[in-house]
Amino acid sequence: MSQESGARTLISQAQLRRGKGRFVYWTLLTLVVLGFTLAFVGPLYWMVTGALKTGQEIAQTPPTLWPKDPDFSNYTDAWSNLNLAKLLFNTFYYAAGAVLFQLVLDTAAAYALSKLRPILGNVILGAMLATLMIPAIVLVVPQYVTVIDLPFAHVNMLDSPFAIWLPLVANAFNIFLLKRFFDSIPDELMAAAQVDGAGPLRTLWSIILPMSRPILGVVSIFAVTYVWKDFLWPKLVMPSPETRTVSVGIYAFSGGSSMNEIVAASVIAAIPTVVIFLIFQRNIMSGLTAGSVKG
Amino acid sequence: MATMTAPGKTEQPARQVPAPRSGARRSRKIRDNLTGHAFLIGAVLCFAVFTWYPMIRGIVMSFQRTRRGVTTWVGWDNYTRILADPSFWPAWRNTAYFTLLALVIGYAVPFFVAILLNELRHAKGYLRILVYIPVMLPPASALFLFKFYAYDPSDAGLFNAILRALHLPTSQWMQSAEATMPAMVIASTWMNMGSAVLIYLASLQNIPGELYEAAELDGAGLWRRIWNVTIPQTRLILGLLAMMQIVATMQVFIEPLILANGAGTEDSATTVAYLIYQHGFFQNDLNGAAALGVIMLVALAAFSAVYLRLTTKND
Repeated sequence: MSQESGARTLISQAQLRRGKGRFVYWTLLTLVVLGFTLAFVGPLYWMVTGALKTGQEIAQTPPTLWPKDPDFSNYTDAWSNLNLAKLLFNTFYYAAGAVLFQLVLDTAAAYALSKLRPILGNVILGAMLATLMIPAIVLVVPQYVTVIDLPFAHVNMLDSPFAIWLPLVANAFNIFLLKRFFDSIPDELMAAAQVDGAGPLRTLWSIILPMSRPILGVVSIFAVTYVWKDFLWPKLVMPSPETRTVSVGIYAFSGGSSMNEIVAASVIAAIPTVVIFLIFQRNIMSGLTAGSVKG
Repeated sequence: MATMTAPGKTEQPARQVPAPRSGARRSRKIRDNLTGHAFLIGAVLCFAVFTWYPMIRGIVMSFQRTRRGVTTWVGWDNYTRILADPSFWPAWRNTAYFTLLALVIGYAVPFFVAILLNELRHAKGYLRILVYIPVMLPPASALFLFKFYAYDPSDAGLFNAILRALHLPTSQWMQSAEATMPAMVIASTWMNMGSAVLIYLASLQNIPGELYEAAELDGAGLWRRIWNVTIPQTRLILGLLAMMQIVATMQVFIEPLILANGAGTEDSATTVAYLIYQHGFFQNDLNGAAALGVIMLVALAAFSAVYLRLTTKND
């Protein structure tokens, strides 16, 4: 996003400033702003206000733009009938744990691969990156079988938050992002710390991590939104009503509840990620392009 | 993707002060290696247990059958059973159709949206936030919105109300076998296009302005500049995103599950991923599901290999 406003693009600045170009530009800009607002926020508006309508009003043709008599009962009913407080708490708990596990284990691994470089490090990195090529759906069944009877330990991890946390540590994309960031930190800084007698852990903690705040932020935000958005895996490994995530809980109730109640619950479930996005949009957008374009 | 990394890009200068004696140096080296592996062990274990091992397990499972706790080798039985499932071919046909439609709609749209946004000098941040908001919604939430409000087959539905206002024929959406797939692709594109737009925008900004300047001096119009400058300059990322999108859409699952209750009318929505889910978790046939997973893996690997061969040959 670091483009100087003067950079030449498809159409030259001069052309846009001239009479006809200027008119076309402003018309287009207005159309795009209006059109995009309608296309991307319009459905959300429809969702939020639709859930404020009564069952009769939502079935009425033509639909009303604003509820005649805003009625919050769909939201309050959804909150109590679906036990949304519990579902939201569960999801938040899984997201927080996922951040913690990813930050600790993936950071340590990326640090080892980038700076400590033990033997076979590159082989391990290659094996990790190779997992990016495996489609997630192919792994679902054997991963499930592994989780219900963990090899050697013979533990059933169903309904345990570790069934969400630990598989998420196996995230090659995170390790790749972190390693590349650590690679850009000069080794001389580490050598200086070593001369001062700092061990690898201390170097990581007091030199590498403070310099890596932006990338750690990106990894954390992605972990939270990933857990919040994920559906199939939590549906499989968190089968009990008490351990469900919010998306799975809403889905489980979608058959028996009124349409408006389900949409109201969907609105409530979407609020945390949208808020996170609006707060951290800069980090999210830069993280997204950092991982995929340059390389 | 592994191909994007540039191994050996960073220089690896000597990082230790050499120890005076070789014995001390060796023990130091062993200790350093052990420390390195100690830092790696947590992540490596997670990879081993939850990715590397399941990958092998999936292949092994597809040749076994577990009944009442007893596992036996059954050769290709799971594969023949999966192939005989009446939903097998519809699932592949639907998945291919979804992927194709998503390529036609979902692939071109973000590129042109990115080109458009890159030309605008105002409201940049606002427009970027707008296109990315749907990406942040939990897919289940967004899909319930589509299912109940947008794709309501009566005239009270959002899309039908718009179509009526424009005096266009309305649709039965998810209740009609023909509209099912396009409706799923529209919802999926709306939810996912934000990331592609932002990635394209970033790569569009790396195109040197002089190229457009030169093309314009040579008399190239708007479309020629897009065709001869923008597309060749972003070819790498266009190719990469095409492959990533195809691999992602081949695994389409939650759209049919929520919008079409899984199979839709007359198997019009069943996808391969949904069939894996059905076999594994409803028909008590984890082995069959694993076999279908292996077929999927082979299909995607073959596709990726052919795709990479075709796209890199041009270089």
